[in-house]
Amino acid sequence: MAWQIGVDVGGTFTDLLALDPERGFFRVAKVPSTPEDQSVGFMAGLCALETALAAVAALVHGTTVATNAVLERKGARCGLITTAGFRDVLELGRRTRPNPYGMTGSFEALIPRDLRAEVPERIDAAGRVLTPLDEAAVRREVQRLRERGAEALVIHFIHSYASPAHERRCAEIARELWPNRFVTLGSDILREVREFERGSTAALNGYVQPIVSRYLGRLSQNLRGAGLGNELLVMQGNGGMMAAGTAVDLAVHTVLSGPAAGAIAAAQIGAQAGYPNLVACDMGGTSFDVSLIAAGEPALSAEKDIAYGVPLRVPLVDIHTIGAGGGSIARITRAGLLQVGPDSAGARPGPIAYGRGGTDVTVTDANLLLGRLNPDRLTGVAGGAPMERITAAIEEQIGAPLGLDAIAAAVAVLAVTTNQLAHAIRLVSVEKGHDPRDFALFAFGGGGPLHAVEIARELGIPTVLVPRFPGITSALGCVLAPVRHDFVRSIGQPLATVETGDIDDRFADQAASGRQLLDREGVPLAEIVVQHEADLLFRGQSHVFRVPVMAPGFDRSVVLADFMASYKARFDIELPEMTAMLANLRTTVIGRRAPVDLAIFAPAERSAARQPSGIRQVRFSGAWIDTPIYDRAVLNRGTKLAGPAIVEQPDTTVVIDPGATAAVDALGNLVISVGER
Amino acid sequence: MSLDPVTLAVIQNGLRQVASEMDLVHEKTSFSPVISEGFDRSNGIYDRTTGEVVAQGELGLPIFVGVMQFTTQAVIERRRDLEPGDVILVNDPYLGGTHLMDVKMVRPFYYRGQLWCYLSNTGHWPDTGGMVPGGFSATATEIVQEGLRVPPVKLVRRGEICQDIVDIVLNNIRVAEERIGDIRAQLGALSVGERRLTQLLDRYGVETVDAAIAELKAGSERLMRAHIDSIPDGTYSATAIVDSDGIVDRPLEVVLDMTVSGSDIHFDLSRSSSPCRGPMNSVWATTQSSVYVAMKHIFPDVPINAGCFAPIHIAPPDGTFLYARYPRPVAGCAAEVAQRIMEAVFGAIGQAIPERLFATPAGTSGNFGLGGYDPEENRHYIMYLFSGGGYGGWWQTDGLTNGCSSVGISKTQPVEILEQHYPILFERFALREGSGGAGRHRGGFGIDYRIRLLRGEAKASFLMDHGRVGPPGLLGGDPGAVNEIAVSQGGAVTSPPHLSKGEGYVLSAGDWIAVKTPGGGGYGPAAERDPAMMQRDIARGYYTADEAVRLFTRPAAAE
Repeated sequence: MAWQIGVDVGGTFTDLLALDPERGFFRVAKVPSTPEDQSVGFMAGLCALETALAAVAALVHGTTVATNAVLERKGARCGLITTAGFRDVLELGRRTRPNPYGMTGSFEALIPRDLRAEVPERIDAAGRVLTPLDEAAVRREVQRLRERGAEALVIHFIHSYASPAHERRCAEIARELWPNRFVTLGSDILREVREFERGSTAALNGYVQPIVSRYLGRLSQNLRGAGLGNELLVMQGNGGMMAAGTAVDLAVHTVLSGPAAGAIAAAQIGAQAGYPNLVACDMGGTSFDVSLIAAGEPALSAEKDIAYGVPLRVPLVDIHTIGAGGGSIARITRAGLLQVGPDSAGARPGPIAYGRGGTDVTVTDANLLLGRLNPDRLTGVAGGAPMERITAAIEEQIGAPLGLDAIAAAVAVLAVTTNQLAHAIRLVSVEKGHDPRDFALFAFGGGGPLHAVEIARELGIPTVLVPRFPGITSALGCVLAPVRHDFVRSIGQPLATVETGDIDDRFADQAASGRQLLDREGVPLAEIVVQHEADLLFRGQSHVFRVPVMAPGFDRSVVLADFMASYKARFDIELPEMTAMLANLRTTVIGRRAPVDLAIFAPAERSAARQPSGIRQVRFSGAWIDTPIYDRAVLNRGTKLAGPAIVEQPDTTVVIDPGATAAVDALGNLVISVGER
Repeated sequence: MSLDPVTLAVIQNGLRQVASEMDLVHEKTSFSPVISEGFDRSNGIYDRTTGEVVAQGELGLPIFVGVMQFTTQAVIERRRDLEPGDVILVNDPYLGGTHLMDVKMVRPFYYRGQLWCYLSNTGHWPDTGGMVPGGFSATATEIVQEGLRVPPVKLVRRGEICQDIVDIVLNNIRVAEERIGDIRAQLGALSVGERRLTQLLDRYGVETVDAAIAELKAGSERLMRAHIDSIPDGTYSATAIVDSDGIVDRPLEVVLDMTVSGSDIHFDLSRSSSPCRGPMNSVWATTQSSVYVAMKHIFPDVPINAGCFAPIHIAPPDGTFLYARYPRPVAGCAAEVAQRIMEAVFGAIGQAIPERLFATPAGTSGNFGLGGYDPEENRHYIMYLFSGGGYGGWWQTDGLTNGCSSVGISKTQPVEILEQHYPILFERFALREGSGGAGRHRGGFGIDYRIRLLRGEAKASFLMDHGRVGPPGLLGGDPGAVNEIAVSQGGAVTSPPHLSKGEGYVLSAGDWIAVKTPGGGGYGPAAERDPAMMQRDIARGYYTADEAVRLFTRPAAAE
């Protein structure tokens, strides 16, 4: 009973990792994903892994079922019960348009208007009842929504963060009438002020709940049939995981969980390798995901919009995504500027190199032309890349308009790409007050290691870390993630006037709720950690600052001093004369599992110096250089390489530019000192 | 000096990032909810000689796209005595401005001892004095009634803040204590800009950055010219109606004659109405900027710098209400008249290339102001709300519901936040049924809200538009619904005589106001609407079955 298994289902592949930390064994498997029913690929992957489920201690799953349901608008038919006068909150949003310029756009609310019902009730901002709940109206409207075919029900009342009494009574009545467990209360999902954002988060929960429930139900049944004795565990967007049973009630927490798992793995690998501060970069075919990890913890954000007009206000690992990947298309704009992305050739037709009918120049094509990628080793492309067609296309589409030859044009495409990737990193680092020079760049995904050294140099980042298996980083994150539950409660009072005992009580309530959930889920834990934070702002402002606080023992003067100090650090502005307001109380309850020593990934130590598997001409800084090519599988612990060099492995290619040096560390990571250009 | 394409792209991104970081700091640290929630601010980099815009934050308020360079130009003209470390404060509408509430700061930026550019920003303050809280008086007849008018003065002299200036300003405005926070936010954004720009110049050098700016300007001009070239040559005319000036109950006309000739486009507004007595006059900077913003809405891919304005020629409409001189009141220009000018541009270009355009959007900022005293909290307050409306149907589909005004990008303040801060109760905040103009692609819907005063007394004011005629349709589509206001005082319900404008309504506890904002215009004939979409609209309650028949009836022959 020692195997820990992580399963990450992505758009193209399902990655699996089985790990036995005690005996120091691991197995990996990669099988095609099955988008119509992800559980098919999941079970096929388990077969490929050849691990008996009866011997599995924990099976953790990162799924895109919820994310895809939202992005593709294929969620459940939901009904809404809301306060009279506020039926249209979800449809009106906050008056935004999709882009700052252009008087066009369109938007469909997750719950259509004919499934949004009003009932008489009203509570004010202080939580006092102004109009009692009309229970007969609740019964009537719930019945009507059922008849109209709603499968999930969302209850969302104005000011329910201040008093959830009406929502709870409404839910009691509704549950008597509703044929399933899919009843979501806004105040349960997010006890935070702002009716549109709370309503949207609750609606998202109802929208994905039946989908997630059916999927996890089917999968759990298959797994039990195959011999799994424990409850399936599921990744959350906050980088923690939870039991499948909990996930059905809190389905919205599984949204955006895939990239979160990658950040968790990056954080742990970095911490064990001695790099607790990381910029984690995952570059795939269509996108580049960046997250910041400070002191071993991924940064979280509770201000994400999952799509235009669809905010999701639960804490999520703060991942910034731009449309720049191997398949991103390079072109000359009508203004005569070279632009890369955000549109992508995707997997089909894909880059010209894939020979599947793609005709637009992509980043992958430019990498091939410059010798950085091996034309004979493109995953899934038989017969090698059509180099002549690539050269002609780059010359014609990019070179001619700029007056460059094909090679110079390809160099320009990569330089612009690097610049965009670096900009994305600046947004999560410099623009949030971090200096990139204090970080290492953690490169994963198929394209991350290909561009990492160039990006690091652009930003002044001294070190690049490429894990042993960049392609299964998210599956590893599933194995490493703790169990985690987040809670929030809006206060909205001047800090100076709140009762400290009252605040302590509210924090204690949130901590108790988290511990109860952990108990119910029953995952074996090494320790439980409770963290309390407060959101503060100056009266009159809109943007909150988060500071860690002590509870019990909430001390107003300490909290005030911490708030002032972090404000000064971020904006260099001091405002002693302004009133500090306590906006929200946040509690995170984390159940840590036994730590995993990642040294099990390290290759065995051998004395023989490694020889390159070949030599290829690669374009670096304006010249073709004979560059040794190494196979990652035979690079031992302690191996040192000097750039220029290229390391190839089935899931990625690592480019070590001239001037950089690389060494294989005790965990099997390739640690690259980027040096000077 | 010729530049490689990479350096060019990098510097373009770099300049944009400097301005965006300034916007971010400004927005996150300001105390004015109009700035922090409403994004009613803008930051940018301006040419050291001409004052023309070099780069501006992408998320700045659209109407400031053109205005900021006029402000900077006015400062360059008037202040020949600038030194390193100085910051100019100005809000004079007649000197490259908008209304008094838009307070600008201009800081000369020196690199290695040489003036390299100007960094400027503007933020909408909740109050700058004047006869009504918030500054949007609908009945002012001269600018001195609208608030404090500051000429370009040195707020900061060689790095030292001039307390005398601060004291004069704060002594003349309402809720002054929070404004010192706004002053610091605005100064902080300029400092951030200075640091980031210094880094950029350190890295690439003055010569390279200067060359890149020249090339980027040329690139924007090429792109704008390519777009204009795609509009068939000819003269197109359009008229937009302002309900009234708030004093004289008579419509004002924006009359546009637009001539496209190759890759140049000329805007002549000289047939518009004469200057008006009330605050619906537009200053020259705002009039020009309105045309620029309309063009940017139609061709959003042109990067903002002086190059994109080069092919756009606007004749000064001297003698009309779109070329206001001292002491004409101008409070309504940036929020309302600007949108009528844009509407005329949309209308004229819509005639030329309807297949690529949209019907008219709601086009009013929907300003509702409420100032009063809350006895429970023992405090005075000023609240003001902007509202969205429906956008026009467009070539692809129906118009957007509850979109922001075409001059803004601000977000609605949450009902729950407003009820926390003010003694009011929203009885309704809803989609306004039936308001979208009928068409093959119907207009989006406006909103419908009602607010009851819970405690104390308060004064209400309204500065809106489109109460007389709805936003017009395109290609045979119908206009959207007109703006409507109702006020209930002691049980008696009235509407303002000037339809969309009025002030001085004294409310007591229990009184209410109700506002219905315009829907967008329809696109294409209503009879061509897809019957399945019509059924859906009825099921959703967007239109009653009767309305559907009345507004969208298909001729029998077409059945």
